[in-house]
Amino acid sequence: MAEHAKPAWDFHGGLHIEDHKEKSLGAPVREAAVAPRLRIPLQQHIGNAAEPIVQVGEQVLKGQLIARASDYVSANLHAPTSGTVVEIAEQPIAHPSGLPSDCIVLESDGDDRWIELPEPLADYARLDPADLRERLRWAGIVGLGGAVFPTSVKTNTTGRVVDTLIINAAECEPYITCDDRLMQDQPGDVIDGALILQHIVAADQVLIGIEDNKPRAIAALRAEIEARGIANLSLRVVPTKYPSGGEKQLIYLLTGLEVPSRGLPLDVGILCQNVATTAAVADAVLRGRPLISRIVTLTGNGVAAPGNLRVPIGTPIQSLVEQMGGYTAQAHRLIMGGPMMGFALPSDDLPVVKGSNCFIVASEDEIPDPAPASPCIRCGECVKVCPARLLPQQLYWYARSRDFDKTQDQHLFDCIECGCCAYVCPASIPLVHYYRFAKTEIWAGERERQKSDHARRRHEFHDARLKRQEAERQARLRKKKEALRDKPATGKDPKKAAIEAAMKRVADKKAAQNQEQEKET
Amino acid sequence: MGVLSAILTLTLLAAVFGLLLGYAAVRFRVEGDPIVDQIDALLPQTQCGQCGYAGCRPYAEAIASGEADINLCPPGGEAGMTALADLLGRDPVPLEDEEAAAKPKSVAFIREKECIGCTLCIQACPVDAILGAAKQMHSVIADECTGCELCLPPCPVECIDMIPIRETPETWRWPYPAHNPWLEERGNG
Amino acid sequence: MQFPVASSPHLQGNNNIRLVMAQVLLALIPGTAALWWYFGWGVLINIALAGLTAVALEWLALRMRGRNPWPAVSDLSAVVTAWLLALALPPLLPWWQTVLGTAFAILVVKQLFGGLGYNPFNPAMAAYAFLLISFPADMTHWLLPSVLSGETLPLEQTWQAIFQGSATLAPHWDALTGATPLDHMRTELSQNHMISEIRQSPVWGDFGGRGWEWVGNWFLLGGLFLIWRGVISWRIPFSMLASLLLIAGLFWAIDPETHPFPAFHLFSGAAILGAFFIATDPVSASTTPRGQLIYGALIGVLVFVIRTWGGYPDAVAFAVLLMNMAAPTIDYYTQPRVFGARKEVND
Repeated sequence: MAEHAKPAWDFHGGLHIEDHKEKSLGAPVREAAVAPRLRIPLQQHIGNAAEPIVQVGEQVLKGQLIARASDYVSANLHAPTSGTVVEIAEQPIAHPSGLPSDCIVLESDGDDRWIELPEPLADYARLDPADLRERLRWAGIVGLGGAVFPTSVKTNTTGRVVDTLIINAAECEPYITCDDRLMQDQPGDVIDGALILQHIVAADQVLIGIEDNKPRAIAALRAEIEARGIANLSLRVVPTKYPSGGEKQLIYLLTGLEVPSRGLPLDVGILCQNVATTAAVADAVLRGRPLISRIVTLTGNGVAAPGNLRVPIGTPIQSLVEQMGGYTAQAHRLIMGGPMMGFALPSDDLPVVKGSNCFIVASEDEIPDPAPASPCIRCGECVKVCPARLLPQQLYWYARSRDFDKTQDQHLFDCIECGCCAYVCPASIPLVHYYRFAKTEIWAGERERQKSDHARRRHEFHDARLKRQEAERQARLRKKKEALRDKPATGKDPKKAAIEAAMKRVADKKAAQNQEQEKET
Repeated sequence: MGVLSAILTLTLLAAVFGLLLGYAAVRFRVEGDPIVDQIDALLPQTQCGQCGYAGCRPYAEAIASGEADINLCPPGGEAGMTALADLLGRDPVPLEDEEAAAKPKSVAFIREKECIGCTLCIQACPVDAILGAAKQMHSVIADECTGCELCLPPCPVECIDMIPIRETPETWRWPYPAHNPWLEERGNG
Repeated sequence: MQFPVASSPHLQGNNNIRLVMAQVLLALIPGTAALWWYFGWGVLINIALAGLTAVALEWLALRMRGRNPWPAVSDLSAVVTAWLLALALPPLLPWWQTVLGTAFAILVVKQLFGGLGYNPFNPAMAAYAFLLISFPADMTHWLLPSVLSGETLPLEQTWQAIFQGSATLAPHWDALTGATPLDHMRTELSQNHMISEIRQSPVWGDFGGRGWEWVGNWFLLGGLFLIWRGVISWRIPFSMLASLLLIAGLFWAIDPETHPFPAFHLFSGAAILGAFFIATDPVSASTTPRGQLIYGALIGVLVFVIRTWGGYPDAVAFAVLLMNMAAPTIDYYTQPRVFGARKEVND
C-alpha cells in the first residue's frame, strides 16, 4: 500500500533552489547509439581497480566479462557492446584532477551481439542471499547514485539486522532527471529490484523516499505498488529541499534516525540504495544482464535537445551531445553530475562511467563564472544551511590556515560536500574547495605517516641487523682468541702431538719392515 | 606586631601554595615522549643524510640538543618544517635548500642488464629495500624504497635511475584555492 | 570542445557583502532621521565627515598594504563603521575629533588587524571608547533634544560649531546643551534623589528621555527590518534586550526608588542601537547559535552593571568591547551538536 504521509522529521538547513528539471523531463529515455570507440576505465567504483582479463586484439561480445574485481571491494566490468579490444592503456577520464587512468578501449563492430547470459533467477525469494549477492557481484553493480560503492559488498550485512531498506528516489539536485524518468518508464523494475534487495538483506520493510517535485514518477510507482498489493513496501513523499537525497539526510527524513558520525547506516539498522541501482539489480537477477549501460541526463542551455538517454558505459560525452542535437552557441561549461556537487570537465572527449548520472552543458547565465572571493565576515549564513550541522566558517578558517587537526576537531569528515554553505556565502568564498583541499591533504598526510613509520621500522631493523652481525663477528673473533690463549694451559699443542704421533707411526712401520727383512735373510 | 603578623601570614600562604604546586607537578605530570622521539616521529624517515646528519634519528637528536635548525630536511618539505615548528613552539624558518625540497618524490630503479651483482648498493640502502646477493641480480623493491638516493654513489656501473612517483587520480590532492583578488598586488586587479 | 573549470558548487545565491551592508545602512536611516529631527544637522555632518574619512583612509591603508583597494572599499563596510560611530558621537563634536576617531577605527582597529573579517573588536565602538577616554568633556557635551530646548540649530551655525569650535555658539550654549538622560539620571541618583522625584523632571517622556525614546523606536524599526530580511539573527538583540530588561527589572523590583524602571534602560543611550546594529557586527560577535544567546545576554548584564556602578553614563560601547574579547571562548564552548554525534562536541 502506498502512503503519502507527511514526514515527521526535517533536517537542519538545506536550500530551496530552482530545480530546472522540466527541461529534460519531456520525452522518455532514448536509446543512445553505440559510439565507434568506447573507453572503459578500470576504476569506476570505490575500491581497487578491476584487472583486465582480455588482451589487445581480442574480440568480445556484449556483456562479456572484460575485467575482474581485483579485491573484495572492487567491481567487475563487462563489454558494453560487441567489438575488438584495441588498447589497454591510460586514457583521459572524467576526474577533477584531469589525470588519466587505465582504460580498456573497445572498437565496436556495429553488431551489438550479446554473449550468452547466465540464468535468470526468477525464483529469487527461495535463494540464499549469498548466491544473489554473487550475481550482483558478477554483474558489476555499484551504487548508481554517484557513490559507486560495490553493491554486493554493501548488501553483505554480515549478520547485522536491517529493519528498513530505503530506496533513494529523491534526486534532489537541480537539472538531474534520470531517476525520475526511470521511475516513470520502468516502475516495475524499480519495485522488482527493491523486493530482491529486501530479500537479500532481510529487511522488515522497504521505504521509497521521493521528493514531491516528481508527481508523475510518484503516480507511476504508486500505481505499480497498488497493482501488486505488496504489504511492507511503501512510498514516502518528502518535501523538496536540497539535499534531501543525501543518504544521511534521507534516512533522517524517513525515520528520524541519525547515522552516527563515523558510522554507517547499518549501525541504525538501515540500508540505503539508489533507485537506479535497484533497477540494475532487477536486470541482473531477473534477466541475467550485467551492468553495461545507465540512464544519463543531458541538459542545459548549451545542448540543443535536452533529455535522457540510456548510454553504454564508455561512450564519449561528445557522442551524446551530438545525438541530442549538438551544442548551441551558448555552451559555456560542462559539468558532470549536478550543479551543486558535480565537477566541471575540461573537455567533452571523456567517457561516461557507471557513476555519470548527468551532464549539464550550461550557458553562462545558467552557471556563471565564480565571483571573486571576499574575506569571510563571519555572518553565519553558512551555519544556517549546513545539513550536517557543522560550523562551515570555522572549518574554512582552519582549512585556510592549514590547521588540519582543528578541522578534524570541527568534524571535517562529516561534511557531505553538498555546497549549501558556498551557495549562500555573501563573500563568494569557495568553501567546499577548501574542505576538499583539507580532506585530501589529511589523507595524503596519513599515507606519508604510514610510509615513514614503516620506513623507520625497516631502518631500525637494518641497524639492528648490522649490530647483530657485528656482534656475532666479534663473538667469533673472541672465541678464536680464547682458543689460542687456552692452548699452553693444556701442555701439549695438539698439532705437535699429531705430528709426533704420525712420525711415531712411520718410525714404527719402518722398524717393523726392518725386522721383516732381517728375518728373510 | 602588625608587620610581624603580615610577614607570617604571607610566608604561610607562600608555603601552602608552594606545596600545592609541588603536589600538582607530581600528581598531574603528563607522561610524554621524550622530545627526540616526538621530533623523529615528524621526520620522513628517508634516512638520506641531506640534512648533514647520518639519518633521521641523529638529526632529531641534533634538533633536540639545539645543534641543528628545523629547516634542513628537504624530503620533509615545508609541511615537515612547519610541523616541527609547531611541536617545538618556534617560528617557521625558510627551508635551507628549497630546490631539493621541491624535487618530486622518486623511487630507485636498477637497470638489470647492467647490474654486475657487486652488492655495494645493498649495503648502502638504509631500509634494506634492495633484493639480491653477491653475483646475483639486484632489484629495488619499489614499495620499500624511500627515495634517499644513497645507492647511487656506490654503484660502480651507475646503473640506478631515480624514477619520479606518478600521481594517480587516487593520490591526487585538491590544490589550495587560489586567485583571490583581495590579495592581489596593486595593478593586477 | 574545451570548457573552463571551477570547483563545485557551480550555483551561487545572490547574496553579497555590499548587499548586506547596504541593507544595514537602509535600516539605519529611520533612526538617523529621528536624530536629525531632534538634534539637528550635527549628526548628518558627522556622518558625512566620518564616512568620507573612512573611505579615504581605507583606500590609503590598502594601497599601503599592497592590496587592490577597490573590492574592499566598494563593499561599504567602512561606510557602515563610520555611520555607526557618527551616530554615537555628540552632534557638535569638533570635526577633528570625529576624523581622529574614524581614523582610529579604520586604520588601527580594522586594517592593522588585517582588514574586513579580521578585526577582533568592533571598530566603531573601539573608536568611541578611544574618543570618550581621550576627550571626556567634548564627548559628553550633548545637545538637548529640540522638544526640550525648543529650537533646532540651523545648518550654518551647526557647521560653524563643528568646524570652528563651540565658542561660536558661546552665548547660546547653555540653553542648547545639556546632559543626556542617562547622565542626568546618574547625577541625580548620586545626589541621593529618589526615582519618583527624578521622574518629575520635564526631561522624561513616557518611557525614556523625551526625544531620545523616539530615536530608540526608529532604530528598533530598522533592527526589526534587518531581522526580517535575515541580515542579522534575532538571537543577539533578543538576548541582550531581554537580559537587560530582566536584570534592570530585578533591581527595580527590589528597590524602585534607587533603580530606574526597566524600560528606561531599554530606551536610553545606545541600548537599542547597540542591540540591533552594534552587538550584531558579525566579525567581532559570537557565531554559534547558542553562543550568540550567551554573548547577547552577557552584554545586557554588563550594560546594566556599568551604567549603575561604573564610571561612565553609557555602557554599551564598553560592554560590547568586553564581550568581543570573550567571543572566541564562547564560540569554543558552544559548538552545536553535529549531525550524527551523540553528545555535545566540547574539546
